[in-house]
Amino acid sequence: MLSRRIIPCLDIRNRRVTKGVRFQNNVDLGDPIEMAERYCKDGCDELVFYDITASAEHRPIDIDMVRDVARSVRIPFAVGGGISTVSDMSRVLLAGAEKISVNSLAVRNPGIISEGARAFGSQCIVLGMDPVSTDSPACPSGYEITVRGFRERTGMDALEWARRAVELGAGEIVVNSVDADGTRQGFELKLTGMIARAVPVPVVASGGAGCAQHLADVFLKAEADAAIVAGMIHSGEFTIPQIKQDLVKAGIPIRMHW
Amino acid sequence: MARMIAVIDYRAGNLTSVLLAFQALNAEARITSDPDMIRSADRVVFPGVGAAGASMANLADLGLADVIPQVVASGKPFLGICVGTQILLDSSEEDGGTACLGLLPGTVKLFRPTSRSDKVPHMGWNNVSVVRPHPLLEGIEDNSEFYFVHSYYPAPSDPATVVAETEYAGVRFASVLGRGNLAATQFHPEKSGRPGLKLLENFSQWNGRHSGNGA
Repeated sequence: MLSRRIIPCLDIRNRRVTKGVRFQNNVDLGDPIEMAERYCKDGCDELVFYDITASAEHRPIDIDMVRDVARSVRIPFAVGGGISTVSDMSRVLLAGAEKISVNSLAVRNPGIISEGARAFGSQCIVLGMDPVSTDSPACPSGYEITVRGFRERTGMDALEWARRAVELGAGEIVVNSVDADGTRQGFELKLTGMIARAVPVPVVASGGAGCAQHLADVFLKAEADAAIVAGMIHSGEFTIPQIKQDLVKAGIPIRMHW
Repeated sequence: MARMIAVIDYRAGNLTSVLLAFQALNAEARITSDPDMIRSADRVVFPGVGAAGASMANLADLGLADVIPQVVASGKPFLGICVGTQILLDSSEEDGGTACLGLLPGTVKLFRPTSRSDKVPHMGWNNVSVVRPHPLLEGIEDNSEFYFVHSYYPAPSDPATVVAETEYAGVRFASVLGRGNLAATQFHPEKSGRPGLKLLENFSQWNGRHSGNGA
């Protein structure tokens, strides 16, 4: 059986892992390489690194960090932030990353999805989206895409954007709910499920994970293929083996040899 | 060129992870498309990400389409990975039908899922169930998970070449193939954590012999 993936997310600021709520009040959590190694030892299935200040500081992604991660871990990892061109993507992939995540960039320039997919294959191109719930009639799904770390609304419907991104060549969609992010109250099940049922590529749920039951819910009720965890493991409150054991008990296919 | 592993570069995707995995094992591996270096290597890895048609065209452009059968015939340990594995078979359904190298009898087929929840590509960790023991799988627990990314799967016509199998989208396909000194995986051992690294370590020490089938 294809396993559901558990993906720790590491937000990087000045080469340190940080965590905030809704991109605010960031606190230092540790060294990204040490944390990546620890999570791999614990059996995480994939990792994602967001260079969260690269875009704001108008600098390219920290490629040395990508290289160091690639040397340290033997599982796939995705990298986002500070990528604006196909040649940026190429540098990240050649440094050893498996996937590139584009978010605000793709909203500004959707063509980057097709360019990336043509150059490296769809499996390398992940569309990250930060949807927020809305009453706006322009967004029939009830969710609107935001960009620049939730700071700006776009008027774009989240479900429509997911479909379009897949048509353009995105090989995976990360649905990072603005409403749920950092709350540890559970994933956004409604939108995640809508997108998972609407697109033929894997969908990764993100934002709101606070306990194993939240992951079980998003796998069983929203048909997510993978789930991102952050605060609940960064805090040490839960470990990946604990979460995996609970998910196995819930009947979910999980990778148990590592 | 003592104990050198040649990793064949035929513009079929990113080889960094393969190289880093061998570095982690302290095995000397070099990325190369030089036929002489490939022929003189101690063992050869034939990786690949991308489409079968483009991969075959690149091999021809680089003058490697003949080198690979020669290397396999020479008896040195040879490991195909992902698309590198697929193009060892006779043909692939990809790109409107692609004639491949024909070093293993069989074809490569597209996943045609009947359930919406089976997405294509098959991407992620899936179990690999051993059908017959093989030196490359020694020390790896049966049904361990490996990392897959592919839309087409090998369908060998000779069951004796099937070493391990994996289930996805309603098919049970050969995820490890082997005949004599030729071994091939549909998954990416270089991205498959400890079991994957163990497989590559086994390969770096393998003498290319395989008691059991067609060796």
